Amino acid sequence: MGLLTDLRSSISRVTAKLFATPGQEPKRIGIYGPPNAGKTTLANRIARDWTGDAVGPESRVPHETRRARRKEDVEIKRNGNSVTIDIVDTPGVTTKVDYKEFLEHDIEEEDAVRRSREATEGVAEAMHWLREDVDGVIYVLDAAEDPFTQVNTMLIGIIESKDLPVLIFANKIDLEEASAQQIANAFPQHETVPLSALEGDNMDEVYDKIAEYFG
Amino acid sequence: MIEVPEIQPDDGDGDGVQIDLISGERMANLRTMEKIRLILDGVHDGNIVILEEGLDPDEESRLIEVTMSEINPEEFTGIEIETYPRPSSDDGGLFNRLMGRESDPDNKLTVIGPANRIETLHKDENLISALVTRQ
Repeated sequence: MGLLTDLRSSISRVTAKLFATPGQEPKRIGIYGPPNAGKTTLANRIARDWTGDAVGPESRVPHETRRARRKEDVEIKRNGNSVTIDIVDTPGVTTKVDYKEFLEHDIEEEDAVRRSREATEGVAEAMHWLREDVDGVIYVLDAAEDPFTQVNTMLIGIIESKDLPVLIFANKIDLEEASAQQIANAFPQHETVPLSALEGDNMDEVYDKIAEYFG
Repeated sequence: MIEVPEIQPDDGDGDGVQIDLISGERMANLRTMEKIRLILDGVHDGNIVILEEGLDPDEESRLIEVTMSEINPEEFTGIEIETYPRPSSDDGGLFNRLMGRESDPDNKLTVIGPANRIETLHKDENLISALVTRQ
């Protein structure tokens, strides 16, 4: 009986994909935010939970993600329904990149210059994705950092001007100095979800909200 | 059509910091890339650019993108930018009085400078405090 049910379910999924209309294609959800907010850690957490694969390497060094990376067909099941999204993990957005910052992380100068050049290209690419190619945004902030920054204000403004659905994730709540409430106060017009992508804290609510906003 | 003079950059050998205060009227007649060039050319010269009415979100997005494409490890590390939205009950305000007219409350005063020369020390709803260093 179980085998028959599984078979029927598989056929149903395949049929749905074969006859999917453009409106039913997975939505591309961009993961945005400043450098070192934990965007790749979150992307990896979601991808591992639902596909078993990671999206990219995580690091404490800023601008570790210097190219937008996409994980396709991530099917998230909630309350008997499922939502399928493509996750786009983007480089941290900033208005300045100084290669000397990399030197503080024991990176040689030549490598630091290369990283800074790649980081600038990555930020430009992230902005391009935001203008043209995403259907919704998860905006990730480090809950232990001040959210009232110009980059955050500008990015949220750009997202709002595109009428994109947006969820704000207050990440790193496992840190003692974290305050998800401060982030909620900074952007009261949007829903803020506290979580720790690293520890896996509050991921049930994270997935509930993803299904609700992007399903 | 109002004739507006070109911004004349300083000669680059002075000790001062040039501040370009650009009215909304001047920006209104420019295309997006013309606005971005006006800003970034000033910033490349080491100037602090103050926009009376700022940029719209799409222009801000393109400003970030163009800024990134012009970062050079040895010469240009990017921009520092702060915006200061006007309250909806705008009574004119300091900048409007300086410019001698009222303005759209949706627009926002914007300060842009070279990242290696301007550092925001404090920002709240009533004050932007920045430290500007010489070249």
